[in-house]
Amino acid sequence: MADLKRTCLHGLHLAQGARMVPFAGWEMPLHYPAGLMAEHLHTRAAAGLFDVSHMGQVIVAPASGRLEDAARALETAMPVDLLSLPEGRQRYGLLTGATGGILDDLMVANRGDHLFLVVNAARKDHDIAHLRAMLPDCDVAEVPGRALIALQGPGAAAALTLLVPDAGDFAFMDVGIRLWQGVELWISRSGYTGEDGFEISVPEAFAGTLAERLLDLPGVAPVGLGARDSLRLEAGLCLYGHDMDDGITPAEAGLGWAIQKVRRRDGARAGGFPGAERILAELEHGPARRRMGLRPEGRAPLREGAEIFAAAEGGQLVGRVTSGGFGPSVGAPVAMALLPADLAPGDIVFGELRGRRIPATVAPLPFVPARFKR
Amino acid sequence: MTVKYTEDHEWLRLDGDSVTVGITAHAAEQLGDVVFVELPKAGRQVTKGDEVVVIESVKAASDILAPLDGEVVEVNAALADDPAQVNSDPTGAAWMFRLKIADPAALDAFMDEAAYLALVG
Repeated sequence: MADLKRTCLHGLHLAQGARMVPFAGWEMPLHYPAGLMAEHLHTRAAAGLFDVSHMGQVIVAPASGRLEDAARALETAMPVDLLSLPEGRQRYGLLTGATGGILDDLMVANRGDHLFLVVNAARKDHDIAHLRAMLPDCDVAEVPGRALIALQGPGAAAALTLLVPDAGDFAFMDVGIRLWQGVELWISRSGYTGEDGFEISVPEAFAGTLAERLLDLPGVAPVGLGARDSLRLEAGLCLYGHDMDDGITPAEAGLGWAIQKVRRRDGARAGGFPGAERILAELEHGPARRRMGLRPEGRAPLREGAEIFAAAEGGQLVGRVTSGGFGPSVGAPVAMALLPADLAPGDIVFGELRGRRIPATVAPLPFVPARFKR
Repeated sequence: MTVKYTEDHEWLRLDGDSVTVGITAHAAEQLGDVVFVELPKAGRQVTKGDEVVVIESVKAASDILAPLDGEVVEVNAALADDPAQVNSDPTGAAWMFRLKIADPAALDAFMDEAAYLALVG
């Protein structure tokens, strides 16, 4: 793993006994000695601490100094209402391509005089180059020297409050700066697990101490990428490069909710982003295929790539699993697949597994209800 | 009682003319939490190298290969209800199948415990 990048929490992971694996060019903890299942269940019951420092932290600053110029510019790259995003709030959104596919998914926060973006690790270089090309009147720059720690679970707020007394005042998708021992923490109440929680950007020099302090708090345990994936899968959240990519449109990925009315047909700022024609038509008339949940029969998971058929024998290939595994909180295998849009929850399809076809019931997403603090 | 080990991280225990097969603690640890074990049917004739068991963990699916030619005479059906036994007791309760073999001396070719432990370091 010599050519892999390491986060500033690498030493902490090793000290915690993590099993390290390559991920998006980084050496990251897959799990700790507790194991994926225990880490997953712990996050849903108490609080999990995740190192997500591999993700890209990017600032988009308007040359004019007026935030609305940056918001207006970024709206040319994203089908999202950014002009109405208040200071201290963030919004989930998509970068779209000319053919209507998704180039990345990201968070955009309004921080007063600039926008702060958190993008996927594997897409960071692409996104920065893409935004620089599309936003000539903004300065687009990666934030240097900051780690990113996620604290997720029903116990996250109580734990963080012990270090940041007013952390509980943040509502879901609020962002703000707080001082912890004189160190500037950029905090948002958000995450990728379906649970309440926070994402905390911290200077690298203090990240290890902050992580250790958090891990010392009651109910906080380290959680690796393995459980991060099973948590987000149960929560019905998309993973870039799997459930969405440049060949999958927002409507197909079931992400129409992230495109506000004002950017849709007949909206005040309709269109004006890459792929608008196809994306908006699909939102209006419905896509031919759509991301759906699947509950395979039995205990064997249908994993990514598994072919889905309409019948137990013969029949048409109707789609493929885009993410799948065992859902520790569900206690059964769960999957997401791109399937014909006329299928509905309760319908039965058949997933191919080792030459056999396993019945799977189309299921609503998420598999476990979200518990955000709105 | 002789216990031998394969390079595929199976343990083999000779009981009369049959061999009980499971996976080692090292293998179980590498697999992570096991959620499903697909066992062969008793009576199946297998050839060395055949895929006889599939273990699904939270991470991935892994095949267990037949260590020798023989007939599957018994499988551990309890693993269907409690696959987590593969993690909690891989060398005891979580045995997988018993294989009736023609020549018990064939086991001599496999590693003993010291050699296996040296392999997994």
